Amino acid sequence: MKKIICTLFIFGLSLQYSAQDLLAILDKETPQVDQIVTATFKGTRILNGHSIENRKDKELEFLISHRFGRVNLGFDELFGLDQSNIRFALEYGLNDDLTIGLGRSSFEKTYDSFLKYSVLKQKKGANSFPFAVSLFGSIALKTIKDFDPSDKRTFAESLFYVGQVLIARKVSSSFSFQLTPTYVHRNTVRINEDPHDIFALGLGTRIKLNKRVSFNSEYFLNFNESKSINARNSLALGVDIETGGHVFQLILSNAITMIEKSFITESTDNFFEGDIHFGFNISRTF
Amino acid sequence: MKSTYLLLICFLLSYNMQSQEQYLTKNGAITFFSSTIIEDIKAENNQVLSIIDASKSKMAISILIKSFLFKKALMQEHFNENYLESDKFPKATFKGDILNFNNVSSLDAKYDVQGIITIHGVSKEIVVPTIFKRNGDTILVKGEFDLLLEDFDIKIPRLVLKKIAKEINVTFEFNHKPYNR
Repeated sequence: MKKIICTLFIFGLSLQYSAQDLLAILDKETPQVDQIVTATFKGTRILNGHSIENRKDKELEFLISHRFGRVNLGFDELFGLDQSNIRFALEYGLNDDLTIGLGRSSFEKTYDSFLKYSVLKQKKGANSFPFAVSLFGSIALKTIKDFDPSDKRTFAESLFYVGQVLIARKVSSSFSFQLTPTYVHRNTVRINEDPHDIFALGLGTRIKLNKRVSFNSEYFLNFNESKSINARNSLALGVDIETGGHVFQLILSNAITMIEKSFITESTDNFFEGDIHFGFNISRTF
Repeated sequence: MKSTYLLLICFLLSYNMQSQEQYLTKNGAITFFSSTIIEDIKAENNQVLSIIDASKSKMAISILIKSFLFKKALMQEHFNENYLESDKFPKATFKGDILNFNNVSSLDAKYDVQGIITIHGVSKEIVVPTIFKRNGDTILVKGEFDLLLEDFDIKIPRLVLKKIAKEINVTFEFNHKPYNR
């Protein structure tokens, strides 16, 4: 009896073997390839600051951003909408990893240029890597003539430099975060006690609400600050809305500016006392 | 008694080997087109796995969604993120039968392949008229068919409705080689 059962068992096994599912064979034969994690963030900005995302090779993006006045200015100023800071920018992918950008903000008539380079990519698969790293550098030029003629700045005195390391991880398809160590150098400061060099750490997150909408937040913790102004850490909350070739961002922030040297080091408004600036970023990719 | 078992196992194994007439490719090609007045969209995947079991007249295909390449990188990102949701559904598969398929040696004809295709987590039965060609010891399989996006729960936002066709044309070409596991 034992023998028969044994035979049947072996026979059954072998039958099963020969009837092995074809899809299972394909699964077994699928080569293990590294997959680069994409879409950690939807836009090239988390809200105010840069995300690790670059423009792709030969893509040109036109960016229009607005930040309005403080909403707590009340009805007379239509909750801040009477004032606005606007930035136009053109950003271009020299290749998939290197983006160059030029922009101009109406606030203090500031021109800015930047380079962003993707150094390491988050990967899944055989050679997985847990996070992505990009380097960001920018130079800003303030051109507003608000100085006393005797106090006139030279070109060099109007320059500001920013260096950032962007470290991001897409934890799941619905949650990503980024750490952004930041260094800002100002060639000119208002009073002698103000530091020329400011260090800060940014934290940005993205929570995907559905296929096309995500909730983002961004905070910059400054380690030293200007003494001449009551500087505050920058905080922004907002949503990304994606529609085909556009990413539309709606933002609430305590900064009226949109470039690193300004919103990180020169924000004075208190978000929790209602000094909130409404704003948006619209990008169109060609 | 032991030797009887050994014999039996050998017999079963060899029977097993003989019964496997399988052909496989790891770099099959699938291309799809979406054509509208405003925009033509095309994507290619040259890493498709396909297998034919000639003795059982069965066929299976496995497609990694992330391996589809588009001309515009942003389209590829949207395709993966918003339409096919490749994080959730990394593969599309097909499994079915080659109808009225007689013998590999007499291969050079059109057969209907009937089976279940699964895309975006949704399964649907399809029948695809397919050309089978024998070339030395390889089997070339090719054909084309149309798919409706709505059949696979792939939604197109209203804003880009005019840019993406409701019906997608799919062409495929697999050159299978003999496969021994």
